[in-house]
Amino acid sequence: MHPLRIERLVYRWPGAERSTLEIGALSLASGESLFLYGPSGCGKSTLLSAIAGVVDVPKGSIRVADQDIGALRGGARDRFRVDQVGMIFQVFNLVPWLSALENVLLPCTFSQRRCKRAGDDPAGTARRLLDELGLSDPSLASKPASELSVGQQQRVAAARALIGKPDLILADEPTSALDEAAKAAFVDLLARECAEAGAALLFVSHDRSLEHHFDRGVDFLALNGGAA
Amino acid sequence: MLRFSLRSLWNRRFVAGLTVLAIGLSVALILGVERLRDGARDSFANSASGIDLIVAPRGNSVQILMATVFGVGGTGTGMTWDSFEWLEDRPEVAWAVPIQMGDNHRGYPVIGTDASYFEHFRHSGGKPLSLAAGSFYTGDAADAAVIGAEVAARLGYAPGAVIVNAHGSGEVSFDLHDDAPFTISGVLAPTGTAVDRMVFVTLEGFDTLHAQEDAPLADPLDPAAMPADDHGEDGAHDDHDAHDAHDDHEDHGDHEGTEAGHGHEPDRINAVYVGLIDRTNVLGLQRAVNERPSDALSAVLPAVALAELWGITGTAERAMRLMAWAVALAGMIGMVVMLSATLDTRRREFAILRSVGATPGRIFALIVTEAAVLTAAGLVLGLVLLTVATFVTDPILSARFGLRLGLNVFGARELTTLFLIFCAGLLASLVPAVRVYRMTLADGLSVRL
Repeated sequence: MHPLRIERLVYRWPGAERSTLEIGALSLASGESLFLYGPSGCGKSTLLSAIAGVVDVPKGSIRVADQDIGALRGGARDRFRVDQVGMIFQVFNLVPWLSALENVLLPCTFSQRRCKRAGDDPAGTARRLLDELGLSDPSLASKPASELSVGQQQRVAAARALIGKPDLILADEPTSALDEAAKAAFVDLLARECAEAGAALLFVSHDRSLEHHFDRGVDFLALNGGAA
Repeated sequence: MLRFSLRSLWNRRFVAGLTVLAIGLSVALILGVERLRDGARDSFANSASGIDLIVAPRGNSVQILMATVFGVGGTGTGMTWDSFEWLEDRPEVAWAVPIQMGDNHRGYPVIGTDASYFEHFRHSGGKPLSLAAGSFYTGDAADAAVIGAEVAARLGYAPGAVIVNAHGSGEVSFDLHDDAPFTISGVLAPTGTAVDRMVFVTLEGFDTLHAQEDAPLADPLDPAAMPADDHGEDGAHDDHDAHDAHDDHEDHGDHEGTEAGHGHEPDRINAVYVGLIDRTNVLGLQRAVNERPSDALSAVLPAVALAELWGITGTAERAMRLMAWAVALAGMIGMVVMLSATLDTRRREFAILRSVGATPGRIFALIVTEAAVLTAAGLVLGLVLLTVATFVTDPILSARFGLRLGLNVFGARELTTLFLIFCAGLLASLVPAVRVYRMTLADGLSVRL
């Protein structure tokens, strides 16, 4: 089973003249972490959207946990995504009117699979994850997400991506809003947690200094035959 | 989903609260206007039940109805006792009750009538008058009075109490008939009609106090005896014509006792309640009364006069109702504005929800649920406001206008109205919800702000 397998992916934004993505092959093994780097605006986010099933990709080009994303229709993709994929964005990862803990538990409200895999006590699992990510203060867990610092928010987002052990974690420049020290600590923590959970991690960034935290690194411009 | 919507709304509780308040006010207004209207109609219709025809000196039928049945305003120049006897003797007439008006007791209208009133008057769909305490007067005691339930409650009267009436229909009057007191013989049980606010005295008693008033009238230099100064209403002036006739009241002494059932025969009366043996003859009798040559009379069908009254008030009612619905519309627009205005700032939130598995359909449902919660809260608030308002204004309305709204349970029509408002809220929420649906589809997971 491959958490992610891309073969002959060609994607063009509706109305665009040239393909944004042209990727021959890219795959991740369980528990593997991949660092994908490239300058801003080169199509990295589009690739993540394609993997997450938000944009329409041709059949047979992307498989997540052996499921052909292109073969799924709208709502089914949304449900499949939460079952198999955890996501971390650059900034504003959290629903502001929910507490940190509730944000972590969000995938469990939308996915039975994630809820089951989070154990008998999802809230306890969420607390443990927050604890491991350095948010052990119980008052933080009940605080509204909007009152947390950016660094804390990113760690809550990581906990949310990890809860219920999805097969694949997609991280889209999650460190861009953090300072240097916090960056390294966060990436380290994320890579370790993913390895422990057995989840494959696809980490996208323009900052090559982070590459050494991962199993391997790939230059997006070399991978992608298309043009952004 | 509901829990989600509640949390989301709680996050914007100030604006959400204002929206709920706007919807609540409009709901209270819509239902309030309807209840006021229904209350007024019911209470008016109840007061006039059982009377087939009201005969009074020629005048406007609405005015006659208002004066005789509700004690508001007055009728024209008094009708003669001859006309009453003529009416009573008509073959189609089952009963006739003479009515005298024009006095008040501390603002409550005083009605001069005989014991047959209590026998024939019906209210609230055919219920006869009953006593809460004491007894009806029979005609033996000229100074007997029977008072309505509200008069007794407000002024703390019980049978045996002695009261003094004032001339005219205003609440403040210096022209007291304090030389002609009445003794309360009975207190009526509450009826929920204008009767609750009335004081009934015998025909003889009513005449007596006016007969005695005639003496000071003879002295034009005595300012206390100038009766016209403190009467603002035309109806009160009309009664003076009747008073003038009291001067030769004694001449009629030889008539007294000749008619069975009427111990005292006043010279002039203000109106007659008529009941028919066969109600189908009512139009024929009405024509006969209108064409009576010796006395200018009007015969009023209460139902027709009420319909006329509603015709007059209908325009105002429609305007009120229109206003109420306009406020409801404003409330709905306020809700759409509130939901729409926050959409742009919430795009990020929707993207996050999609990333954790929410389909665009669920986000659509989230917005509709929020609208449903706001509307439902508005409905509840509206009902609470209405109940409180009813509770507060009920004593005032019933005291001033004899109008009882009551804390009644919701009728089918009110439930329909509530349901309509709820549907309107859901319908209105489709505007922002559809926008959100399109937006989430276009945005995907990454919002380009």
